[in-house]
Amino acid sequence: MSVPSPSPNTSVPTSPLTVIVATDCGSTTTKAILIEKVGNEYRQTYRGEAPTTVEAPFEDVTRGVLNAIAEIEELSGRKILDGDNIITPCRDPKTGVDIYISTSSAGGGLQMMVTGVVQNMTGESAQRCALGAGAIVIDVLASNDGRLPHEKIERIRTMRPDMILMSGGTDGGAVTHVVEMAEYISAAEPRPRFGATYKLPLIYAGNKDAQPQVRKILGEKAALVLTDNIRPVLERENLAPARNKIHDLFLEHVMQQAPGYKKLIEMAGAPIMPTPAAVGLIMETIAKREHLNLIGVDIGGATTDVFSVFEGLFNRTVSANLGMSYSISNVLAEAGLSNIMRWVPFTIDEQTLRNRIKNKMVRPTTIPQTLDELQIEHAIAREAIRLALIHHKSLATALKGVQQERTISDVFEQQQSGMTLIDMLKLDLIVGSGGILSHAPRRVQSMLMMVDAYEPLGVTRLSVDSIFMMPHLGVLSTIDEQAATDVFVRDCMVYLGTCIAPIGQGKDGDRCADYVITFPDGREDRGHLSFGDLRLVPLASGQKASITVQPAKQVNLGAGAGIPITREVEGGVVGLLLDGRGRPLQLPPDRDARVTSLKKWYQAVDLYPKA
Amino acid sequence: MAHSYTPGLTVTEQTVIHRRRILSLPGIVLVTTGEIVRANQVVARAELPGKVYPLNLANLLGVAPDEIHEYVIKKAGDPVNKDEILAENKPLIKWFKTEILSPVTGTVESVSSVTGQVLLREPPRLLELLGYVDGRIVEVIPQQGAVVETNCSLVQGIFGIGGETRGEIVIAVTSPDEAVSSRHITSGMKGKVVVGGSFISSDALARAKEVGVAGLVIGGIHDKDLRALLGYDLGVAITGTEQVGFSLILTEGFGTIPMAGKTFKLLSAHAGQPASISGATQIRAGVIRPEIIIPRAAGTSIDHGATGIPRREGIRIGDQVRIIRDPLFGKIGEVSGLPSDLQKIPTESDVRVMEVRFEDGSKTVIPRTNIELIEGA
Repeated sequence: MSVPSPSPNTSVPTSPLTVIVATDCGSTTTKAILIEKVGNEYRQTYRGEAPTTVEAPFEDVTRGVLNAIAEIEELSGRKILDGDNIITPCRDPKTGVDIYISTSSAGGGLQMMVTGVVQNMTGESAQRCALGAGAIVIDVLASNDGRLPHEKIERIRTMRPDMILMSGGTDGGAVTHVVEMAEYISAAEPRPRFGATYKLPLIYAGNKDAQPQVRKILGEKAALVLTDNIRPVLERENLAPARNKIHDLFLEHVMQQAPGYKKLIEMAGAPIMPTPAAVGLIMETIAKREHLNLIGVDIGGATTDVFSVFEGLFNRTVSANLGMSYSISNVLAEAGLSNIMRWVPFTIDEQTLRNRIKNKMVRPTTIPQTLDELQIEHAIAREAIRLALIHHKSLATALKGVQQERTISDVFEQQQSGMTLIDMLKLDLIVGSGGILSHAPRRVQSMLMMVDAYEPLGVTRLSVDSIFMMPHLGVLSTIDEQAATDVFVRDCMVYLGTCIAPIGQGKDGDRCADYVITFPDGREDRGHLSFGDLRLVPLASGQKASITVQPAKQVNLGAGAGIPITREVEGGVVGLLLDGRGRPLQLPPDRDARVTSLKKWYQAVDLYPKA
Repeated sequence: MAHSYTPGLTVTEQTVIHRRRILSLPGIVLVTTGEIVRANQVVARAELPGKVYPLNLANLLGVAPDEIHEYVIKKAGDPVNKDEILAENKPLIKWFKTEILSPVTGTVESVSSVTGQVLLREPPRLLELLGYVDGRIVEVIPQQGAVVETNCSLVQGIFGIGGETRGEIVIAVTSPDEAVSSRHITSGMKGKVVVGGSFISSDALARAKEVGVAGLVIGGIHDKDLRALLGYDLGVAITGTEQVGFSLILTEGFGTIPMAGKTFKLLSAHAGQPASISGATQIRAGVIRPEIIIPRAAGTSIDHGATGIPRREGIRIGDQVRIIRDPLFGKIGEVSGLPSDLQKIPTESDVRVMEVRFEDGSKTVIPRTNIELIEGA
């Protein structure tokens, strides 16, 4: 380790925290929030934001941080800044904060290259490890990835990652392939993205028997760190040690090269976390605390992150080029025009639409000003979220290559190893975050965007992050879990309601299901849901109701075709969404019929103001 | 938010800019501080290590990896010529002799007794970094490069493709709202930077490539024509390495949009002069916009009192702005009001807005994020 790491501010108060200021330094905006203890609970009280200042002409991330905190100062009347310093700890009820904490994804976040021996075994484990640590994985190299040796070397040469994670082999297994990969990396002499003169951080987390050879080959050429094997045996992943090393090296090496980060690290009272790692941490905490299976999506301007926790297993993926501004044009390229247009309730010629999307790409900070522009952006968001989930499903899998014990009862139901862990029928909660979901003019718009993109099955609750504060709460949870939980429950999560979506298909107007909703005051709402219906039933936040659904003979709500279910469902700012459009969701192929259906659905849930 | 507007693109007759010329790997800097450099002068040089060729000798010789040292003739670090013997076995019967020849000329990088692999490296390739603009060296960064300062006229575009190039400015149209068609592109434009008006058609793009123009500066283009030009649909605006025969710079955006009068006037005033241009665009994390740099005549003194692009604190009444979102995309007006309260727009979002007055006296209310300041006035 050639670069000494500045220690975070050592003035961390030992007494309980009462006032906390937290920032998230994003690619374009630095968002600051103030958290205060009000009575016995913590609340998020003020927020401020300012453009991120990593780039020229400022080239100092702390300028943006200080500007965002200055906005909080103005709004709250609390004096937090003393020149360019944050006043810690609190001096009196109106001066200072007890701690300052931050996350960061500025400058393109943490970009990593990972290597393994077998692509869908150690290659995938390494990928999951890096993604879980909050990185964007720019390539996965493996001995069997189909590329010839010289192609691999050429690829490593041309990439400029912030860090490399090497894995491969189980402990005690053959060393040849992993040593071969080390030789390729050594020959390629990879260079880091930032800073021409420092050594690229490289973590080796493969077969421990190959450590001496790897040290010999790469010890001089990279800032090499050896850690436990991420796949010590085929049947088990051990991602935590390598993930911790990634976080350490992120702070010690990568962030040292980014403008102003040395100062930022010194200002902060806890280690700076990569934004997605902090969001993942808070999602994992909620899921474990409430014993939920959940999917979280954070759709940003450049990337879409998907997090899932199923049966306690956490996974994260990042779709690096699916986003609503910088990468909006790539959503069009990947989804195709027809997939986007299927959500738009009017017609528009292709050339105009393509030019509009490109104009958003080159001027990413603009916002829709007319209703039709808003509807087009919502259509694009549906496709970005849908594609990101497909990507997530492909990586959030059980371990591949593991032998399975089978019994005679499995004869007719044999499954391959490495099946996706995402089971939409077992999904309890969908959490949405990111500008397009958090700031949609009507909350029902966020709900329908997620329902259309994810097609939840059976009974699923939905929520959004009110003002995008999950990163702040993620890092806060590392130092004060109570404060993070209080703010998360009271100020961050906005419960939208619950979606009830029967599985099956039928002609529009055919019976899909009958339902009885029993409200807390004893009132009953009985109704028939036909195929093609979308219905909204008000049920306020904090209220619970009981719903019994009798599906039609060929329709399933999770208990089996035609079998009724009774569930307690929770309300939200939108309510209960009864979705009779069928699963899988199929839109009419004919353009006029599709526009008619979309208009009918959108009116049924009062999605947009009347034009 | 005091900063909720898009900083505009600079279009200015006179400014002083600095361009960092940095090698992608350490090398030698060939200039000194204070030296006058030309755009096509090499300012720094580096050696890019040659390509690597792996060769599995153990497999080729049919021996165990830890035995290959007994067979290799060349050691790590030795030079080797193409078809020279790298390794050979020594059988009792000559017929069974196997010789492994080097597939390239270069050096032996390593010989591994774990994998049985030999890595050969080709000779390094020379990387030369040009000055890019005519100017003066104001800083030398040892082993990495230098900073060139130039007194110039500067036009930033919104989007471009293709890398750095140079050429004489030639104006192809008579007004900023005239579209460029193939008849506007003549053989005399070879190697020149051609300035057009509101739009360029696909046949004109093809003609420009055929003629060999160095660069095109245009108000707008259709996305479908860009796709045809590149051969793929551009997903993310990170450009600069495309090779379509010329560098293309859009000053306004996608569609048919007249070039801003100020931009057209400035470029027209410099017709016949040499310009350095770059199509490189990176909108995320860096905000690199394409640019046209027209250096002022050598010997022109640099007014350091007014150097650089003025840093704006915010937008003010009377500022010239361009609307950058439909339905009034491309229109230019003047800020006539800056209400501080949030206002509801037709999408039902509550946003900061501004009032803009157009040349004909009409006014409209626009979200502040949907305008761009016309800077460098």
